[in-house]
Amino acid sequence: MSNNNSANNKHEIVEKNVGLMAILTVFAISFGALVEITPLMFQKDTTVPVDGLRPLTALEMEGRDIFVREGCYNCHSQMIRPFRDEVERYGHYSVAGESVWDHPFQWGSKRTGPDLARVGQRYSDDWHYAHLMDPRSVVPESNMPAYPWLDENVLDGKLTAKKLEVFKGFGVPYTEQDIQGAEAAVKGKTEMQALIAYLQQLGTHLK
Amino acid sequence: MTSFWSIWVIVLTLACLALIFGLLLWNLKNYVGVKEGESCGHEFDGIEEINNPLPKWWTYMFFATFVWAVYYLAAYPGLGNWQGLAKWTSSNQGVTSLAESKKATEEALAAGEKVQLDQEIIAAEERFGPIFEAFAKQDIETLAKDEKALEIGQRLFSQNCAQCHGSDARGGTGFPNLTDKDWLYGGTPDKIKETLLHGRIAAMPPWKAALGEQGVKEMTAFVLSLSGRKVNQKDADAGKAKFAMCAACHGMDGKGSVAHNLPFGAPNLTDNIWLYGGSQRAVEETLNNGRAGVMPAWKDILGEDKVHLLTAYVYSLSQDK
Repeated sequence: MSNNNSANNKHEIVEKNVGLMAILTVFAISFGALVEITPLMFQKDTTVPVDGLRPLTALEMEGRDIFVREGCYNCHSQMIRPFRDEVERYGHYSVAGESVWDHPFQWGSKRTGPDLARVGQRYSDDWHYAHLMDPRSVVPESNMPAYPWLDENVLDGKLTAKKLEVFKGFGVPYTEQDIQGAEAAVKGKTEMQALIAYLQQLGTHLK
Repeated sequence: MTSFWSIWVIVLTLACLALIFGLLLWNLKNYVGVKEGESCGHEFDGIEEINNPLPKWWTYMFFATFVWAVYYLAAYPGLGNWQGLAKWTSSNQGVTSLAESKKATEEALAAGEKVQLDQEIIAAEERFGPIFEAFAKQDIETLAKDEKALEIGQRLFSQNCAQCHGSDARGGTGFPNLTDKDWLYGGTPDKIKETLLHGRIAAMPPWKAALGEQGVKEMTAFVLSLSGRKVNQKDADAGKAKFAMCAACHGMDGKGSVAHNLPFGAPNLTDNIWLYGGSQRAVEETLNNGRAGVMPAWKDILGEDKVHLLTAYVYSLSQDK
């Protein structure tokens, strides 16, 4: 800057000091997080489970991991917004208490395929099987990829108990029994069975 | 929200607005010591910095956002527990059951609060409800001949049923064809409506353990012979001897549970309609592993009035026109 600047030009300090600018930027944007995110961590609305919520079974937990692994959330949200068209199509809008034991939650925001927040019990297991093996066999106009390997991959259940334990650490009320029986509950089941089990419970807990 | 968090939100929101407002005022003054429009006395790569003020249009728009902020925070729920003068909210928050959700809707309505979603649903109900109600008062046989009713029924079918039964309602492997006269649970209007409202769960048990490999082969031969297929007669005879175990659901003549007025949804084995395929292999698989076809219940999802229309549409599909 030029020499004829007045000593009052405090803005120049920020302009010429990138570290200070970074700190002030963080200060400025932290207001949003402090107001919009922090209080949610302490609200009844967002931390107390809905009345009918139960922890995922061992098999459903494995299915959930497959859901995440295959990137289902890239096309399917699990979040029914409170709009009439969505409520009419999918059912009651999603409430926070339904996903308090979901870590990380699978709300998503990319809605290429239908929302899955309440897909549980909407279709039969057979339908899900046919649809995952070859989506076009039941929905000719679908552009969803097929996932035939899910029917071949068999779970060994070695990590299932560990997963339940980790979730217990997050505050999900798993019992010792759940954790001990986890491996036996999933061993020998296919990934397809696990994923379908997971899908069939989605959104069924708000009763 | 507890009052602590309410105050937290209010204080931070207002402080943030005040800081931004201060920043704007601060930047409106000239501290550089150079007259407006004149050079700051330095240049980089031939580009000279001129001490220009903030553009007027931009500055006025910035002030306008503060006017908007004051209006918004007064009218809408933005400041902690402040409900807003407009008494508006997008939906009922914090419900933990469907009963609570319903109660919250009623309470908000009684208190004159504007819950956007509820209002949209009420408006839609006022507009479309009477149409469905009028249809619901007519019997299904009449509706099945009513073009308008069938048009609506067809749309409901496309949205909710076509995923399994196909947009032409002809079904597929494991999903019944609705256009023929072969029914698993009965094709009368009442039975179709019952199926739609409450769903159906079929349970064909696996027979691998009881029959063994040879037994399954023999039973397959007999089952195929029922619909007039050429089979190994010796196998078929051996299968027939054991058919009593199947007869509990399919009937001794294999004509299925509808023919015998039973509620099991066991298919007629004497026709050439096969839900899971009629090849020897498909029938063997059915016998070995069983089948568990499920029709979901639609009462809670669609409501009775829409199910009534849908019943008429489905019923019409198998009627001679």
